[in-house]
Amino acid sequence: MVMHFLKKAVLGVMMTMISLVAHAEYTWNFPMPATPMAADTLHVHNKFMVIVMIIFVVVLAIMIYSIVNHRKSKGYKAATFSGPSTKSQVLWTLVPFAILMYIDFILMGIPAYHSIVMMEDTKTNADMVIKVTGSQWRWQYEYLDGEAQGIKFVSNLTTPQDQIDNQADKGKDYLLEVDNHLVVPVGKKVRVLLTATDVIHNWWVPAFGSARDAIPGFLRETWVRVDVPGTYRGQCKELCGKGHGFMPIVVDAVSAEDYTKWVADQKTKLAAASAGADKTWTKEDLVAHGKEVYVKNCAVCHQANGQGLPPTFPALTGSKIAQGPIFDAGGKLLKDSHLDRVFNGKGVMPAWKGVLNDTDIAAVVTYERNALGNSVGDVLQPAQVKALR
Amino acid sequence: MSYTTTANHDEHHDHPTGIMRWLTTTNHKDIGTMYLTFSLIMFLVGGAMILAVRAELFQPGLQLMQPEFYNQLIGVHALVMIFAALMPAATGFANWMLPLQIGAPDMALPRLNNWGFWLLPPAAILLTLPFTLAMFGIGDGAIATGWTFYAPLSIQGGMGVDFAIFSVHLLGISSVLGSINVIVTILNMRTPGMTLMKMPMFAWSWLVTAFLLIATIPVLAGAVTMLLTDRHFGTHFFDAAGGGDPILFQHLFWFFGHPEVYIVLLPIWGFMPQILQTFSRKPMYGYKAQVISLWAIGALALVVWAHHFFTVGMPVPALLYFMYSTMAISLPLAVLFFCWIATIWKGSLSFETPMLFAIGWIVLFGIGGLTGLVLADVAADAQYHHSYFVVAHFHYTLFAGGMMGVMAGVYYWLPKMTGHMFSERLGKLHFWLTAISFNLTFIPQFFLGLAGMPRRIPDYALQFAEFNAISTVAAFVLGLSQLIFVYNIVSCVRGGKKATDRVWEGAEGLEWTLPSPPPYHSFTEQPIVK
Amino acid sequence: MSNNDAREQANKKLGFKLLWIVGAALLFGFALVPLYNVLCTMTGLNGKTNATADVTSNKVDETRLVTVEFTSNVMPGLGWNFYPEQPSIKVHPGQIETVNFVAKNNTNETVAGQAVPSVSPGLASPHFKKIECFCFIRQELKAGETKLMPLRFYVSTDLPTDVKAVTLSYAFYSAVKPSN
Repeated sequence: MVMHFLKKAVLGVMMTMISLVAHAEYTWNFPMPATPMAADTLHVHNKFMVIVMIIFVVVLAIMIYSIVNHRKSKGYKAATFSGPSTKSQVLWTLVPFAILMYIDFILMGIPAYHSIVMMEDTKTNADMVIKVTGSQWRWQYEYLDGEAQGIKFVSNLTTPQDQIDNQADKGKDYLLEVDNHLVVPVGKKVRVLLTATDVIHNWWVPAFGSARDAIPGFLRETWVRVDVPGTYRGQCKELCGKGHGFMPIVVDAVSAEDYTKWVADQKTKLAAASAGADKTWTKEDLVAHGKEVYVKNCAVCHQANGQGLPPTFPALTGSKIAQGPIFDAGGKLLKDSHLDRVFNGKGVMPAWKGVLNDTDIAAVVTYERNALGNSVGDVLQPAQVKALR
Repeated sequence: MSYTTTANHDEHHDHPTGIMRWLTTTNHKDIGTMYLTFSLIMFLVGGAMILAVRAELFQPGLQLMQPEFYNQLIGVHALVMIFAALMPAATGFANWMLPLQIGAPDMALPRLNNWGFWLLPPAAILLTLPFTLAMFGIGDGAIATGWTFYAPLSIQGGMGVDFAIFSVHLLGISSVLGSINVIVTILNMRTPGMTLMKMPMFAWSWLVTAFLLIATIPVLAGAVTMLLTDRHFGTHFFDAAGGGDPILFQHLFWFFGHPEVYIVLLPIWGFMPQILQTFSRKPMYGYKAQVISLWAIGALALVVWAHHFFTVGMPVPALLYFMYSTMAISLPLAVLFFCWIATIWKGSLSFETPMLFAIGWIVLFGIGGLTGLVLADVAADAQYHHSYFVVAHFHYTLFAGGMMGVMAGVYYWLPKMTGHMFSERLGKLHFWLTAISFNLTFIPQFFLGLAGMPRRIPDYALQFAEFNAISTVAAFVLGLSQLIFVYNIVSCVRGGKKATDRVWEGAEGLEWTLPSPPPYHSFTEQPIVK
Repeated sequence: MSNNDAREQANKKLGFKLLWIVGAALLFGFALVPLYNVLCTMTGLNGKTNATADVTSNKVDETRLVTVEFTSNVMPGLGWNFYPEQPSIKVHPGQIETVNFVAKNNTNETVAGQAVPSVSPGLASPHFKKIECFCFIRQELKAGETKLMPLRFYVSTDLPTDVKAVTLSYAFYSAVKPSN
């Protein structure tokens, strides 16, 4: 065990040396800024780093001079002063103090002031608004205005569990890949509203230079204007439970035309889904579709085999809720039934009504009742879910 | 006028031996020894926890543990290191050295002193017990919210949170009792002639610390109590559903949490100039300026708390206020640095182990302070916040500025406490291994943070792999070199070259006028300070 | 001997005096809760909007238009659908407007909920005046019932001029916390 670890360690250090050179361009500082805010942050950061390094080097040099020269072993006789004695000495000791005040409040303080004003300027001239909702452990996005108004979706980690468990080779974007990317048009100022449904999260894309908490029950905001097209990746950075390391953010910044095309695509998909909700599905089709939905959204907690992680995440296999009736005699949704739990959530279980469409919900419920070791045998039609809206 | 037989109730029935001696002792040296021993044990416990974490982070992917357990380890590591290693170490030094330095026969409230210590082991057990219980299938382990208890995650958490809350209550009571004792000792027990402005710097720094403690620990106690009632008794202090606000918890927590940083560091700023002057053979520079700076920092510490959570979203004026007031702390701190360096300037320096640690401490703590100055900038903080940059920063302040300071103190006073010299060779080896591996552990973490690695994640993207590998290897060297420290202490306690009364050639102060080790009841003759 | 006793007395006395500081600090900790709320209402620190305002004689500032956006979150465990009838509205500061939110109980039981409003940007929240609101009050919906919940509000003319858009979000919680 120890030898194994040592071997790994030596190997690791060697690989490091090689790859450090390879990655040199982004390893030593903030990532390439993609927004004005990130550019400003990088600029301020670089400036401050230079300042503090100069302070550090100067002070260190003084210390080293003293350590080298004022040694007992060299026979240096100690002075006896214990403070500034003459007026001019007092004045001289005030010089570093004054320099530091200048650095703090002028050299660093003034650019920092402007950065803050810029960072907090979410109010003026926003071109569009996107609402970001954090929940354990995924992000939900909703376009509140503009051409994309009404588009909303959930964004799940797509890195397979076997990569995390070292059973498979890790992909290029290990832990930084999701199924549905947030798409924003390049050069447009996007007001980002943040909230959460369970605990505090923090929406952070390093290349954007903005990070803001998403707080349950409260609304916060920040803004981004991505000037460079590309795909940007970030992560939640407020500890939010066991999946904290597994709720990444992926943003595609695209040209106006591509954005319009994307919006049209999404709207077509929405229409198709809504049309799909009106037809009657076969059990097989629902189970097949439900499995896809389950793997993406549910398996994180309830596990791929439905065994869950009790006590926080109950097993679905053999679960009373997943095998009980869904509707009462009058055809109304039974409180605390299977569909109620999926649709409305409870406690740690999120409410899926906001982010999954009728077909997805019907499919996943049908899947859970007829797979994962359960065999209730009934079918929930998307139309029945639609009727709850 | 002599209080030869002072306040020592033990004297009548002599002190008991064996375990009862330690359970019932009211002797400041015994209690100091217990605090320091406790601190050392918990330092190793907390260190072992974080080595497990570092081993997990050695490579991407989950190798050794699941995220739930990982989250428990990081939080308990921090709580153990802050509350059970650093704070007791400072209290241990206060117990041992304050009465000796101010010429008092003992601490002012000896019985309180005993209670204060004996609250600690139960607190430590409460904190770590959930780990053991989970092994037997009871509960789901220790607190997994990080050491900050942020609501609503802590409201959602399992019984580990309750254990941690009770543990913090006990630790808090212990600190408050200790602080009251320190204040009374310093104000009432100084030997004749020792005016406040003649006190050793250590006494001054502890006076500030103690006032900070009694002003802020109760706020923490209140905050975690509210958390407890939110969890179990249906209140909604931190729950929006009932009109509460989770951010209120952060305000309450950091109202305590920021001063806490100084609570941990101030005692070290107290004895460090004494070490520097000893090995520079030159009087301390700027005594008055240092005293004023200590108080200024203590006062500023109470009004800057919100810089720990700039990213929650605050109005611009609040951001500006907390940024500028945080930057203002650099001013008195710079005065201290200036005085420390001016103390060694033109001294006649020699580099025994305590001095090595003191010099290394100034340099490394300087890095912690300077990165703190950068962190005060709100805009850049949006990037640094909760990234590894912050992790590196506070380890420069709390490991280099805290632990290495404590180590300097241990090496400085160990011969006085035990009567034996420790091994200089091992001490120096310990210093160099610690200083080098510490930097190799945490410098990569600065770059990890800049590159965008969030803290408190059990697994990470591939571009962070190299630096994490270096950091882990160095962390293991750092951890293992602490065993040299332990060995050196143990062998010094057991025997070794006899220490002289003065121990160090340039040592000044009342504690060095007593024999090494000092007698069980010191200052039976009241010393007179001119 | 009297000397030692006197010293011990003095020590105890000072110790007890210090306990008062501890007690005061504890009180201060709890007092921070109401203090924080007052501060928030005054400054909009956390985006909370104050309770209902009076209809005062309002001057309408015709020169400005502010976009007010509405959004909602139904928290897990509440069997309701809840959304604004319209996503946004443009108003002149001072102009009183009414908007409706649609709430539907999708379960077969009577369910009570409670809305918590939040306004962003935070500094706009003291200027967002609600005349009639369903928030903070327990609302009950019978099984399957749909209800329109009206909000009458105006944006104060004191709203800083650089604020062009204000977002009001409702987080709807179960009125009774589900017991675990």
